[in-house]
Amino acid sequence: MTDHKKFVTTASGVIQHDHNHDGIDRRGFLKCMAWAGTGAVFVAEAGVLKSTALGAEVGSSRKHGNRLSFVQISDSHMGFNKPANPDVVGTLKAAVDKINALPDSPDFILHTGDITHLSTPEQFDTVDQILKSTNKEVFFVPGEHDVLNDDGAMFRERYFKNSKGSGWYSFDKNGAHFVGLVNVMNLKAGGLGNLGHEQLEWLEDDLRAVKHSTPVVVFAHIPLWTVYPQWGWGTDDGAQALSYLKKFGSVTVLNGHIHQTMQKVEGNVTFHTACSTAFPQPAPGKGEGPGPMKVPADQLRKVLGITDVNYVQRRHALALVDSSLA
Amino acid sequence: MLNTRTVLFALGSLALTLALVLHSRTATGQAAQPTTEIKVDNFTFSPETLTVPANSTVTWTNKDDVPHVIASTDGLFRSKGLDTDDHYSFKFTKPGTYNYFCSIHPKMTGKIVVQ
Repeated sequence: MTDHKKFVTTASGVIQHDHNHDGIDRRGFLKCMAWAGTGAVFVAEAGVLKSTALGAEVGSSRKHGNRLSFVQISDSHMGFNKPANPDVVGTLKAAVDKINALPDSPDFILHTGDITHLSTPEQFDTVDQILKSTNKEVFFVPGEHDVLNDDGAMFRERYFKNSKGSGWYSFDKNGAHFVGLVNVMNLKAGGLGNLGHEQLEWLEDDLRAVKHSTPVVVFAHIPLWTVYPQWGWGTDDGAQALSYLKKFGSVTVLNGHIHQTMQKVEGNVTFHTACSTAFPQPAPGKGEGPGPMKVPADQLRKVLGITDVNYVQRRHALALVDSSLA
Repeated sequence: MLNTRTVLFALGSLALTLALVLHSRTATGQAAQPTTEIKVDNFTFSPETLTVPANSTVTWTNKDDVPHVIASTDGLFRSKGLDTDDHYSFKFTKPGTYNYFCSIHPKMTGKIVVQ
């Protein structure tokens, strides 16, 4: 086993650190507002990040081993029609076009929540119809916008008839273990996202049977790591969940909710948030609050996007590639 | 002289109007239910603490581009998801302090003090 990992992200001059320098904050900082532009590969070896140009590195690794490839999309907010994006149908379709045009067709899609804006059956139907044209299996976790009026009953009826509790579940694909968590239910006044005791117990139990060498991918709507608690961008009991993941050699945590890409590496755990397909939100603490951010119409698709995730089994490597819809 | 008369007339009319207004208020005094508005804007309740007499109906209006859910922390009341410009009203009949929050953005908290 190796603790050699790869992270790929598009970047547009917003990564402000010298990744070749040895003095990188090892507790994890790779914070990238990866919205558009040219790409770079980030290789993490023993906690030190080094960047190289995007290209052969990932392409060549795909030729080896038992490959697993999937795409993360998030925050499609079907039904949203405000100035920040009056056409969320159009941008979701653009995301689907992007997925369908990927050179290596992904095996499946993860949607990390806020599928709809207002939890109506029509909004769910529209998203399902649009995603059908990918011909891919889609795994969902709910965002707070998907469980507005019924504590998620309709969401579970649609997507998770066999899921546990408020809708959490796990599955295995090509040697990797995937865990979908729900942290948008039973939220406490003044608090952040919440997993709850029952779900945490289930998670600990679920992971007990997984080999430590198995790559684990955990996905949930609200970031499991604390991004910016002042805006509710974190999960109160996320640290408890993460403590169960320490024993694994390769852990990838995929979230949405904050409508921008952000990445952090902490030991064996890579945290990554995806762009929305609907509208951007401000960087943490920038601007008045965490609501939809209006950008000039010709800039919108540059701040929306998808995340392509690739895993090469023999190499214990996971690569994350963010692409804008522009 | 004319000017003074006009002014006096105007003052007289004002006094009469005030008297009528006061009278009508008194006449409907007990039945009137003061309505108080809380604006939900930029992920905050304003005012954050609202003090009202018993039997007041409080109305929340969502001015954000995203939905909010008004929920009391003890489960006494809970709105549906309020889209932009949607309202939710609740009548507070008993004195006390009522804490509430947005159940999907729990950092948003507020308080109704009923006297």
